[in-house]
Amino acid sequence: MSVELLEVREHMGRFAPFDTLSDELLDDVASHIEIAYFKAGSDIHHYGQTINELCYIRQGAVDVYRRSGELYNRLGEGDIFGQFSLLRHHPVRFPSKAIEDTLLYYIPADVFRRLCEQDDNFADFVELERPRLEATVEQYRQNNDMLITRVRKLLTRRPVMIEASASVQEAARRMCEENVTSALVYEASPNADDDDARHSFIDNNGQSWTLIGILTDVDFRNRVLAPGLSADLPVVEIVSRPPRTIQSDESIHEAMLCMLRNNIHHLPVLHRRYPVGVLHLSDIVRYETNSSLYLVNNIFSQTSIKGLAQLSSDVRAAFVRMVADGADSRMIGSALSSIGRSFTRRLVELAEEALGPPPVPYCFMALGSMARNEQAIVSDQDNALVLDNRFDAERHDEYFAALAQQVSDGLAACGYSYCKGNIMATNPRWRQPLAVWKRYFDDWIARPDPQALLDSSIFFDLDAVHGEETFVEQLQDLVAEQASQSPKFLAAMARNALNRKPPLGFFRGFVMENTGEHKNSINLKRRGIAPMVDLIRVHALACGSRAQNSFARLDDIAQTQLLPEGSGDRIRYALEFISMVRIRHQALDIEEEREPDNNIEPENVSSEERHNLKEAFLVLSNAQKFLGFRYPMPRSR
Amino acid sequence: MLSFRLDNSQQYSWQEYLAERAARARDPRLKRYFSAGCPAPDTPICNTPMLALDMETTGLDSSRHAIVSIGLVPFTLQRIMPGAGRYWVVKPPRPLTESSIPYHHITHSEVEQAPDLSDIADELLGMMAGRLVVAHYHRLERAFLDSAFEARMGEGIRFPMLDTMVLEANRYRHSWRAKLTSWLGKSPASIRLQDSRDRYGLPAYTSHHALTDALATAELLQAQIAHHHTPHTPIETLWV
Repeated sequence: MSVELLEVREHMGRFAPFDTLSDELLDDVASHIEIAYFKAGSDIHHYGQTINELCYIRQGAVDVYRRSGELYNRLGEGDIFGQFSLLRHHPVRFPSKAIEDTLLYYIPADVFRRLCEQDDNFADFVELERPRLEATVEQYRQNNDMLITRVRKLLTRRPVMIEASASVQEAARRMCEENVTSALVYEASPNADDDDARHSFIDNNGQSWTLIGILTDVDFRNRVLAPGLSADLPVVEIVSRPPRTIQSDESIHEAMLCMLRNNIHHLPVLHRRYPVGVLHLSDIVRYETNSSLYLVNNIFSQTSIKGLAQLSSDVRAAFVRMVADGADSRMIGSALSSIGRSFTRRLVELAEEALGPPPVPYCFMALGSMARNEQAIVSDQDNALVLDNRFDAERHDEYFAALAQQVSDGLAACGYSYCKGNIMATNPRWRQPLAVWKRYFDDWIARPDPQALLDSSIFFDLDAVHGEETFVEQLQDLVAEQASQSPKFLAAMARNALNRKPPLGFFRGFVMENTGEHKNSINLKRRGIAPMVDLIRVHALACGSRAQNSFARLDDIAQTQLLPEGSGDRIRYALEFISMVRIRHQALDIEEEREPDNNIEPENVSSEERHNLKEAFLVLSNAQKFLGFRYPMPRSR
Repeated sequence: MLSFRLDNSQQYSWQEYLAERAARARDPRLKRYFSAGCPAPDTPICNTPMLALDMETTGLDSSRHAIVSIGLVPFTLQRIMPGAGRYWVVKPPRPLTESSIPYHHITHSEVEQAPDLSDIADELLGMMAGRLVVAHYHRLERAFLDSAFEARMGEGIRFPMLDTMVLEANRYRHSWRAKLTSWLGKSPASIRLQDSRDRYGLPAYTSHHALTDALATAELLQAQIAHHHTPHTPIETLWV
C-alpha cells in the first residue's frame, strides 16, 4: 500500500466476510475504498439508481427497504449492502436510508468482482441465501461423527494379549498385573492369508496370529477351580471360543445387542482384524444410562403413573446428552417423539389394565409434532381417539372417556402439558368412530374455510400410537388422495401458513421486526419452526405425500416440480438450522437449571448464529412469498 | 464576525492575491501553483475539489520548530478518496530533540532517511493546486508551510483554507446559544478534532498520524456541512 490505511484495514478485518480474506486481498480492498458521511435521515440509495460500489458501514445504522416501503433489513457497523445490485448488474431495488449518522466505505465494483473471483468465502457470503447455511449445517454434521456413536469411543485401553501356550497361572498373573478382568488369547497361525481366518492378524514383526478366544475372571472360577484343574494347564484348554467380536466402527447400540443376544459381558473389538480392545457391558451401561434407549425400556417397565412421572427428568438428561453427542434435529426430534410415544403407549396400557379390555377396537392417535416425529423437549400433548365404526356412544363412550382422561392426566404428570386448544382425546369431538373422522377430513378438504382450518391444521400431521393402526392409515390415505385435488383447500392452508412471519433478524442487542420494531427476544417455535413446518405441509399435501415428518415431506416434494430448483434444499437447511438453535438453547437452559422454553435472547446468540439465523429467516420469508403465489385462492365458487 | 468577513473579502480577495503571487513568483513550482488559482468564491461547496491536510511538527512555534510529517487526502463533499492520499515524513533542518517526540510520534530513525521538504514540494504543490485545503486549526498549517517555503525558496506560501475547528467554534463557541451556556457557567464544548467528531457520530481513530488526521478532518467537514450547512453553501462564506 502506498499509504497506510490501518484504520480502514483493521476495521474491515474484524467483520465478515472480510475477516477471512488474505492480507493481500484485504490490503487491496482497503487501498481502494472511498468514504462518505450521511446524516441521520438522509437517503443513501434511491430505487432504480445505478450503483458501482459495495457499501460497508463503518459507523452508524442503515435501513434497507423493499419497494413497497416495507423494511427489508436493518444494518449496523461492519454490515454490507448493495451486493445484489452489483452481482446482477441491476439498478437498486432495495432503497436505503441512514437512520443514524453514518460513515460508509465504498468498495468499487472491480474490486468487488476481484474479491468474488479470488475468495470463495467472500463469494459465498455475498450471494443471497447461498449454500452458507448449508455449509454450516453440513459442517456441524461432520464435526460430530458420533451421530451414531461408535464402539471405539468407549475403549480406554489396549487389550491384554496372552499366547495360547501360556499357563493358566501365568495368564492370571498377567491379568492381575494389568488390572483387567479379561484377556485375549492368540496363537501363531500358519496361513493368515486365508480369508476364512476371520480372526487372523499380522503383528508389527510380520508374524501372523489367530485370535482364538477370550479369557475372563469367571473362566478361572468356572473352568479351573470348580472342576479342580491344574494352574499349569495351557490357557488354550480353558478359553471360550470361538470369540464373538465386533468391529470398532460399529455402533454402541450394535455392541449392546450383540452382548444381549449372546449373553456375554465381554466383547473383543477389532479394527479390521486387529484386536484394539475389549468392551465390557458396564462400559455400555455407564454410557447408556442417559440414553433414550435405556429410557424407553425403563418407561415400559413402569407400573404406575407416579413411576412414569419420575422419569421425566431422565428425558431431559437424555436430551442434553444427545445434543452434546452432536445429534441433528431430526434424530433428536425422533428420539423425543419415541419417548413421548412410549409414555403414551404405556399410559394407554395402564389405563386398559385398570378399565378392562376395550368394548370396541380403537386407535390412539398422535397429532402435531409427535406425529411428525419432531417433538421438542417442551411439548404439549395433542392426541385423539379413532374408534371402530361399531362404537355406540351410549354404551361405549364411558369407557373411552375414562381412558382418554387417564392418559391425558398421565401425560400431563409426565411433563406433556394439556393442549390449550383442547385437541385431546378427552374432548368428545376428537373421540369419534372412524366414519366420523373421515367426514371431518372430507369437510375440511372439500369445504375449506380458512378460519375453521386455522384450528385444524394440526390434524394434518397424524400418526397411530397404539391400537388399530389401520384406522389412522385410512385417514392418512384419505388426506393424501383428496388434498392434492382441492385447490381451494390448498389455498386456504397456504393462507394460514402465512399468518406467522419471521422477524428480520438481529440488530445490535435486539430482534428486528419488519415493522421496524425492536424486541428483546424471539420465540423460535412460533416465528421460525412452526411457519416453516406449515409451509412444508402445504406443499406435501399438494403432492400427495403420505409422509408426516417435515424432512421426509421435503424428500417427497423434491420428486415433484412444486418448488423452484434449489428451494427445497434451502428450506431444509434453514429448518435444520433454526431447529438446532432452539435445541441448543434449550439444552443450555437445562444445563444451567433454567426452565427451557422456545425463546432466545439476542445476547445469547453468537455472531455466527445471528448471521445464519438471519439468513434462515430470509429463506422462510421468501418461501412464504412463493407459497402465496403458488396456491392462489381460486376465484369462482 | 461580520466585520471580520468583510475585511477578508475586501482587503483580501483570495483570487487577486493568488494572481498577484503568480505574477511575482520566482520559483517555477510556486509559480505553477499560484497560477492554478483557487475555486471561485461563489462556488458551492458541493462542487469544490478539496484536500484535507494535516501535519506534525516538532513544536508549536513556526519560527523555532519544523514540520516532520504531512498527510494529504483529496476529497469532495460526496466522496473522500483516501487511496489517492499521500503521506511523507520529512527531515527537519535541525535534528530532532527528545523533547519534541511527544508532539509528533515520529522517531529519529524515520527522519534519517526522509527527504527534505523541498524534495517533495513539487508533488505537494501538485496535490494542492486547484483544491481548497481543509485543516483542523489552519493557523498551524498555514504558519508552518509559509515559513518552510520562505526558508527554502525565499518566498512564502498562503492560500485560502477551510478550518473545521473554526466551523466548530462558530457553532459551539461563538453562537448565542454557546455564549448563553457559558454565561450560565457551563464549560464550553471542546472543539478538538476527536471531540468534534464525537458530536457527529464519527468513529474514534486510535492512531495519531498526519494521514489519519487528514482523513478524520475530511470526514468531519462532510459531517459539518451535512448538519449545519447545505451542499450549495458558497465557499466564500466558509473559508479563512
